Amino acid sequence: MLHTTSQLKPIEVVNDFVVKFATINGSGSASANELFAKSILRMGVPVGTRNIFPSNIQGLPTWFEVRVSEKGWLGRRGGVDLMVALNPQSWDADMKEIDPGGYLLFDNSKELPASSFPAGITAIGVPLTNICNAAYSDARQRQLFKNIVYVGALSFLLDMDAAVIEKVIAEQYMKKERLLASNVEAFRLGRDYAEQNLKPIGLRVRTSDTVGDRILIDGNHAAALGFVYGGAMVCAWYPITPSTSVAEAFQTYCSKLRIDPETGKKRVAIVHAEDELASIGMVVGAGWNGARAFTATSGPGISLMSEFIGLAYFAEIPATIVNVQRGGPSTGMPSRTQQSDILACAYASHGDTKHVLLFPEDPHECFDDAAAALDLAERLQTPIFVMSDLDIGMNQHLSAPFEWDDNRLYDRGKVMTKEMLDAGTVFSRYLDVDGDGIPFRTYPGTHPTLGGYFARGTSRNANAQYSEAGEDYVYNVQRLLKKFETAKTLVPQPVIREAARPAHAGVIYYGSTSPAMAETIEILEAKGLYLDRLRLRAFPFSDSVREFIDKHDRVFVVEQNRDGQIRTLLINELDINPSKLVSVLHYDGAPITARAITDGIASQMTACLQRKAG
Amino acid sequence: MTYLAKPKFHHPSLPKNEVGFTRRDYEGKVSTLCAGCGHDSISAAVIQACWEMNIEPHKVAKLSGIGCSSKTPDYFLGNSHGFNTVHGRMPSVLTGANAANKDLLYFGFSGDGDSASIGLGQFAHAMRRGVNMVYMLENNGVYGLTKGQFSATADKGSRSKRGAVNADTPVDTVSLALLMGATFVARSFSGDKRQLVPLIKAAMAHKGAAFIDIISPCVTFNNHVGSTKSYDYMREHNEVANCLDFVPSRDEITVDYEEGESAKVTLHDGSVLELSKNRGEHAFRDKTAAMNYIQEHQVKGVIVTGLLYIQPEATDLHEHLNTVDVPLNRLTEKELCPGAAVLKEINASLR
Ligand SMILES: Cc1ncc(C[n+]2csc(CCOP(=O)(O)OP(=O)(O)O)c2C)c(N)n1
Ligand code: SF4
Ligand SMILES: [Mg+2]
Repeated sequence: MLHTTSQLKPIEVVNDFVVKFATINGSGSASANELFAKSILRMGVPVGTRNIFPSNIQGLPTWFEVRVSEKGWLGRRGGVDLMVALNPQSWDADMKEIDPGGYLLFDNSKELPASSFPAGITAIGVPLTNICNAAYSDARQRQLFKNIVYVGALSFLLDMDAAVIEKVIAEQYMKKERLLASNVEAFRLGRDYAEQNLKPIGLRVRTSDTVGDRILIDGNHAAALGFVYGGAMVCAWYPITPSTSVAEAFQTYCSKLRIDPETGKKRVAIVHAEDELASIGMVVGAGWNGARAFTATSGPGISLMSEFIGLAYFAEIPATIVNVQRGGPSTGMPSRTQQSDILACAYASHGDTKHVLLFPEDPHECFDDAAAALDLAERLQTPIFVMSDLDIGMNQHLSAPFEWDDNRLYDRGKVMTKEMLDAGTVFSRYLDVDGDGIPFRTYPGTHPTLGGYFARGTSRNANAQYSEAGEDYVYNVQRLLKKFETAKTLVPQPVIREAARPAHAGVIYYGSTSPAMAETIEILEAKGLYLDRLRLRAFPFSDSVREFIDKHDRVFVVEQNRDGQIRTLLINELDINPSKLVSVLHYDGAPITARAITDGIASQMTACLQRKAG
Repeated sequence: MTYLAKPKFHHPSLPKNEVGFTRRDYEGKVSTLCAGCGHDSISAAVIQACWEMNIEPHKVAKLSGIGCSSKTPDYFLGNSHGFNTVHGRMPSVLTGANAANKDLLYFGFSGDGDSASIGLGQFAHAMRRGVNMVYMLENNGVYGLTKGQFSATADKGSRSKRGAVNADTPVDTVSLALLMGATFVARSFSGDKRQLVPLIKAAMAHKGAAFIDIISPCVTFNNHVGSTKSYDYMREHNEVANCLDFVPSRDEITVDYEEGESAKVTLHDGSVLELSKNRGEHAFRDKTAAMNYIQEHQVKGVIVTGLLYIQPEATDLHEHLNTVDVPLNRLTEKELCPGAAVLKEINASLR
């Protein structure tokens, strides 16, 4: 059954569209949706997927968005070309998202009034409930297999190769014969129904080869693996969405990759702490004692950790913190994404503090930044934040494969050893011996008579002796500033790309905004608007960031928070004239879209061009 | 004046222990606590216990929270690494440090505000995990460092120096430690070195979470009539449950108590605790009996001191986590990093 509700020309595209699944949390749709996305990937066409889910275990609306893009635009585009609407609760809102000329797939087991359908789209009914009721007697099966049945129908509508999908199903149920057979059967039920009753629509998936050697993984698993490779010895954590799977994945990886083959014992300690006060306390204790340690958390956890972060900054203890950001403040939108902890982390804790932040753009960089953070923490003897977010952390992203150089050695920083002490090297815990602001430290247990010191959060002199003398305090905090200058040269450097033509305007962005920005640039260039771009990879900002801003008349700063937090940080740290930095913001909790950025920038650029012309 | 260096003068005739250190080697900086503060007596007991136990100072890590009590680690074991952390959070830092290197001896020093007020949660959870440590709570019933407010261990009805009466029920740290799974639980009095020193030694020999609550009068803010943590009150209400002798494994057992009066407990390293005034054959190993014993005396207003409970074959955090024998902080790329070839396989599985 196929009926068009208007004369508007249906969208016709190949390998460039958005499919959105509107389902109910806990209904078992997630694995069917992933099967759908993975099958497109197997056909050699890049996909970007986003779960948009509630803070709930069962019953509330949930969505899964698949961006199919042969060109490789893997951010959210905005709008929907095909809505698979299976949730009556969200029906009205879902209809509004369908682009003019778009498509709707729905369950027509019960007839719906014509007024349910918006004008200008093609609505395709498949009697999912009836098909499943006829095929299965068990209530749970009837519900679960509905998901596979719609994948079957979709595969025909989008002209996908059935063999590819069946192969992916086979992989998923490799060791579960019975499940494999029943899933293939359900897939066939949907596919057969469509073949007999429907025709392929204007959205087509055509076999291509643009995926390359890229891998599909979420950022939290990638970060966890980065910590395994980077040599994390201690992990202490407390569950909080969306960071939970970092520690859980770390645990899973370690149970395979960190086992002593002779004894079966673990080369790692993972402690599920009683709260975030304790998890950061454990990381600080381990760091002080010479172990590479990390914790993973989200905004509320950062707030609880603040006192310890100040201690680690001032007592100069290495610590790595992954902040998988979510919508704040307070419990805010715990299952939605934002980049709204930038200032809370950059200046975390009381007193004068500044911290190193890393901004991964995708899982590949989550892996790299996790390993780099462990090195930086020990090199700089300070807390390092890996600023991921829910979009990167919990969604699977197509990203470049992980790389590791077997010759790479961990940077353990400036550690004075027993041999150095025996050779007569003078140990002054808080003395700047090399002019980079970084002092030497000793591990507890190093030497029977030399190198011991009392670490503390109270003011001290260069020999770690309690001192409230003004000059001792000032020496110390000035040295910490110098150390922060040194950090500029050690952190990952910004990625700068020039526009196809000389540009007077630039754009600065970071983290999960990256994929949508790539698409934005192309759309803007098609409109004749050219922008140089700079992707921040870390704070403190290196000199090239200032140079970039100085070079342009105007710089857009694109972020996923209400207050333009990176813009504030740029103004504050680089002393930039605020009028030069124009915020483009998106913070409704869903990942930023190329359309939102394009609208934000284009409206202001054209206004400016018009003013200039006029 | 901010820092007092103690003169490093070693009398040549000072006796050395088996590892070649004199008692002076276990001292630290000059204490800045009030003269007569109970905490200073505890520091002296720690120095004596470590010297007698032949502990190499650098094999000790001493951690503390914030408070007068938490300052004390600066006043002993000057060659050991120490960490004065944040208020109430020493247990988590100690847990992390212990996770990093199982080979050191961990001392945790805390106050009653530190452990029973702000840090009650961390106190309880460190016991639950069986962190291998000696946790000493220098209990004076007040916040010394912030000038005399009641802490959560202040007894109901006790009077502050300014005359306020405490209406809240006290946290009984030994009962709580027992309940939370500490495997060595004792209470002592800073004024009773004969009891305290062997208790500290036994706690050092114990593997697992060892807890000693030490009543330690604050002479400045809680030593008046009406206080239940004053020297006088303690002397009147202390019932010494037992005195113990600690016999290291390599020494011959020579202490002898009268028949029926003593009990012996052998620790995992072979050392022996010989306890006088035994309250019954298995009382020390029976958690319920220990709990009853503490509660019965508490009702009568008697503070029992001595070893209250011990589980000699206890396990610790590292056994629970099944970590390798070598301290984790000594592992290198070789043991930690799975290498590029494995990563290639992982990449392949993600396509
Ligand atoms: C987060 C925080 N809150 C409050 C304080 C202030 N403070 C310092 S010590 C202390 C109480 C110490 O009492 P206790 O642990 O009993 O130690 P004592 O001085 O009695 O030995 C308080 C409240 C602090 N340092 N940190
Ligand atoms: S205030 Fe009390 S606890 Fe603090 S040093 Fe003085 S006597 Fe000791
Ligand atoms: Mg106190």
